[in-house]
Amino acid sequence: MSLPPIIASLTRHKLTALLLVLQVGLTCAIVCNVAFMIVDRVQQLRQPSGVAESELAMIESTDLDQDAQPLVRHQIDLAALRTIPGVQSAVAADALPFNHHDWSNGITLAPDGPARATATVFDGTAGELAVLGLHLVEGRDFLPDEYVPMGSAHDWNGIDQVPATIVTRALAEKLFPGQDPLGKNIYPGDNPIRIVGVVDHLLRPQAHESADNEYATVLPLLPDANDVTYVLRTAPRDRERVLKQATAVLEHLHANRILRYAQTFEQLRADFFHRNRTMIGLLVAAAAGLLIVTALGIAGLASFWVQQRRHSIGIRRAVGATRRDVLRYFQFENFLIVGTGVILGAMLAYGLNLLLMWHYEQPRLPMPYVAMGATALWLLGQLAVLGPALRAASVPPVVATRAA
Amino acid sequence: MLGYYCMLALYSFKRSKTVTALMTLAIGLGIGASMTMITVLHVMSGDPLPGRSAHLYVPVIDPHPVSPVKPKDNVVDGALTWIDAMYLLHTTRADRQSAMAAGSLPVHPAQGSLRPFFESGHYVTADFFPMFGTPFRAGGGWSAREDENHARVAVLNAGLNRKLFGNASGIGRTVRLKNTDFRVIGVLDDWQPQPTFYAQIDNAAFGSTDQFFIPLKTAQELNFGIAGRMQCWGNGGDARLSDHCAWLQFWVELDSTAKAHAYRDFLADYWRDQQAHGRFPRPVNAQLYGLIDWLGNQHVVPGDLRLQLWLAVGFLGVCMLNIVGLLLAKFLRRSGEISVRRALGARRRDVFLQLGVEAGMVGLVGGALGLCLAEMGLWSVRRQPDGYAHLAQMDTAMLLGTFALAIAAGLSAGLIPAWRACHVAPALQLKTQ
Repeated sequence: MSLPPIIASLTRHKLTALLLVLQVGLTCAIVCNVAFMIVDRVQQLRQPSGVAESELAMIESTDLDQDAQPLVRHQIDLAALRTIPGVQSAVAADALPFNHHDWSNGITLAPDGPARATATVFDGTAGELAVLGLHLVEGRDFLPDEYVPMGSAHDWNGIDQVPATIVTRALAEKLFPGQDPLGKNIYPGDNPIRIVGVVDHLLRPQAHESADNEYATVLPLLPDANDVTYVLRTAPRDRERVLKQATAVLEHLHANRILRYAQTFEQLRADFFHRNRTMIGLLVAAAAGLLIVTALGIAGLASFWVQQRRHSIGIRRAVGATRRDVLRYFQFENFLIVGTGVILGAMLAYGLNLLLMWHYEQPRLPMPYVAMGATALWLLGQLAVLGPALRAASVPPVVATRAA
Repeated sequence: MLGYYCMLALYSFKRSKTVTALMTLAIGLGIGASMTMITVLHVMSGDPLPGRSAHLYVPVIDPHPVSPVKPKDNVVDGALTWIDAMYLLHTTRADRQSAMAAGSLPVHPAQGSLRPFFESGHYVTADFFPMFGTPFRAGGGWSAREDENHARVAVLNAGLNRKLFGNASGIGRTVRLKNTDFRVIGVLDDWQPQPTFYAQIDNAAFGSTDQFFIPLKTAQELNFGIAGRMQCWGNGGDARLSDHCAWLQFWVELDSTAKAHAYRDFLADYWRDQQAHGRFPRPVNAQLYGLIDWLGNQHVVPGDLRLQLWLAVGFLGVCMLNIVGLLLAKFLRRSGEISVRRALGARRRDVFLQLGVEAGMVGLVGGALGLCLAEMGLWSVRRQPDGYAHLAQMDTAMLLGTFALAIAAGLSAGLIPAWRACHVAPALQLKTQ
C-alpha cells in the first residue's frame, strides 16, 4: 500500500477530511478529560471512611426537656439500646464521616504557635473506637478516667481540659513527618493534648480537599448537648429491624424528644455521594454519546465516499487490485484521518485540561488517559469504517465497464 | 419556489434515509442536552427578588487572622462577627440594614395530637421584612425597639402557620420554639425566594424555605443554636459574642449608587480604624457586593452544573461538525444534479437557497426532537432529590430559544456545504458525466 495515491485522493476532499479530523480531535479531547473525571469521581466514591460501614445504624435524638441532663440521658438511652436483640454495642457521638457535623480546629504544636492543619473533632462516649470499627495501628484506646464532658453549653470548653487524643495517620504524618507521633502534644484548644494512639483511616464529616480529607482527632469528649447521635453496631441483616426497635425503645423511655435521621451508615454514604453519582452517570453518558456520534459520522462519510467512488473502485479491480487491496485502501485512509484527528485531539485534551485546572481545580491529565483515548478512537474509527470498506471491496470489476 | 425546494429536500431525504436520520438524531441529541442544561442554569441564575435586588448589598469585612492553612477555595463567606455586625446595625448608615443567622428549632404544637418537630428559620432584625419586601398575609414585622427589648415575637411563614393553626391566621396566638413561647405577630404569604439568597450559600440554597423569623437578640439571649458555619480562631474558646467568631450574615439596602459609594467609604473607614486597633490582619479591604454579584461570588450555581453545561455544549459542537461533514458529502455527491440545474439557468443563489432549505429542515426536525429530549432531560432533573430540581421547568423564552437554536444550528451547519456546492463548476461536472 503506497501513501501518495491516498493523500492525493484526500486532497480532493480537503474540507470533508478536515471536518472529520476536527470532529475526531474534539471528541478525543473531551473523552480523555471526561474519562479522567470519571475515574477521579469514582475514587472519591470509593474512599474508605475507616468505619465498619455495613454494620452501623444511627439515630439522632433531641431531648426537649427544660432541665434535661444530657450526660445522664445518654447513659440511660444507651443502656436501653444495648438490650435490643442484635445490637452488639452502642455509643453516643456527634461527628461521623459524611454526617456534615464538622467541628474543626486549627492545630498548633505550641501555645500561640501557627496552625499546622485544620482537623475535625470526633467526640463520643467510651467504646467509640470499637463500635465504629476504627483500626488502631499504634498506641492504645482511651482510659476510663480520660473522658471529660464536651462543654457544649460553655463554648465547648471540654477541648481545653481533655488529656488524650487518637489521631489519624494522615494527620500524624502532616504534623510530625517521619517521627513517632505517640506521646507528642498537640494544641487544638488552649492546652496540650497528648497523642496516645493512631488509627489508619477516618474520613471527616464533610468533603475537604483530598489531602485534608482525613485530618481528624478522636477525643475522649462526652457529648453533652441535648441532641446526639446514637450509633449502633449490628450484623448487616439486623440493621433495619434494629432501627425500628431503637425508635420504639427511645420513644417509650422518654417521649418528650424528637427522633430524626434513623438510617444505616450505607444510606448516609449514599446520600452524601448522591450528586457525585449523578455526575458520574452524566459523564459516562456524554462520553458514550460523543463516541457513538463520531463513529456514526465516520461510517456515514465512508459510505458516501464508497458510493461516490464505485466506478473508480471497479476500474482498480479491473486492472488487477484484489478485494483485499480495496479493503486495505479504505482502512488505511481512515487510519490516516483518525490518526491526524487523534494527534490534534491529544493537544486539545491538554488544552482543555489546562482550562479545567484553571476553573475547576482539576488535577493535571495523566499521560495514560490520552494514550488510551487515542487508541480507543483509532479502534472505533477502524470499526466504523469496516462496513463501508467491506462494501467497497465487494464492488465487482465489471462496474468499470458501465457508465458512471 | 420555497415549496418546491421543500419538496426537493424531502425527496433527497428519502434517497438517503439512514444519513438523514443520523443527522436529525445528532442535532436532536446535541440540542436536547444543551437546552436541558441551559434551562437549568437559566432558572438557577434568576433574580430571587425582582425589583429590589438592585438596591441590596452585602458588606464583607474579613475578620480572619493570617493563617498558613489555606482556606477552602479562597472564597470569603461574608460572615461577620457579632461586634462588627452590631456596629453596622447601630450606626444605621444605610437606608435599611439587618443582621441575621440561620437556626433550626424544635416546634411544640399546641394540639396534643401533633408531635414536636424541627423547623428551620432565621434570627433577624427589624429591617429584614421591609428591606426584602416580604409579603405579609396578616400582621407585620417588629420594630427596632422590640429588637432591643429582646421581645418574644415571631413571624411565621404560611407553611408553619397552616401546620400549627390550620387555615386561620395565627396572629396573637403563641408558638413554642425550643423552650420559649413566642407571640405570633405576622404571617408571610408563602415567601420562598429561590435561592434563599440572604442565608449562607451552600448546597441547600435552593429548595429550602424558612418557616419562622424571630429577633436575633432574643435568640442570642436564649442561646438558641445556629445552623450553618461558625468560624472561630485564636484563643479563648468559641464564644459567639466575641470578636474572633464569624457567623452572622448582614444585608443593607442602598437606594442610589451615590449612597452605595458613601457606604463603601464608610466601610473602608471602619476597616482602617479597626486595623489601627490591631484587628483585621488580612491585607484585604472591606467590600460591598450587590445581590446578583454576591450570588455569583458565592457560586450559588454549583460548579458541577456549569461543567455539565460545557459538556453539553461540547457535545453539540461535535454533533455540528458531524452534520457539516455529512451534509457536505451529501451535497457534493449531487454535483451532477446541481450542475444540470445551473446549466439550465438556475443562479448560484437559487442553488444556495435550495440546499439551505434542506439544511434548515434537518435543523427544524432535529430541533423538535431536541425539544422532546430536553423535556425528558428536565423531567429527569426534576426527579433528582436536589433542591433546585423543582425549578427545572422550561418557560416560553426557553421553548422559543430551543427552536431558534435548532434552526440556527441546522442552517449554520448547512451554510458551508451549500456554499461549497453552489460553487461547483457546472461545465466540468457535466463533461465528466
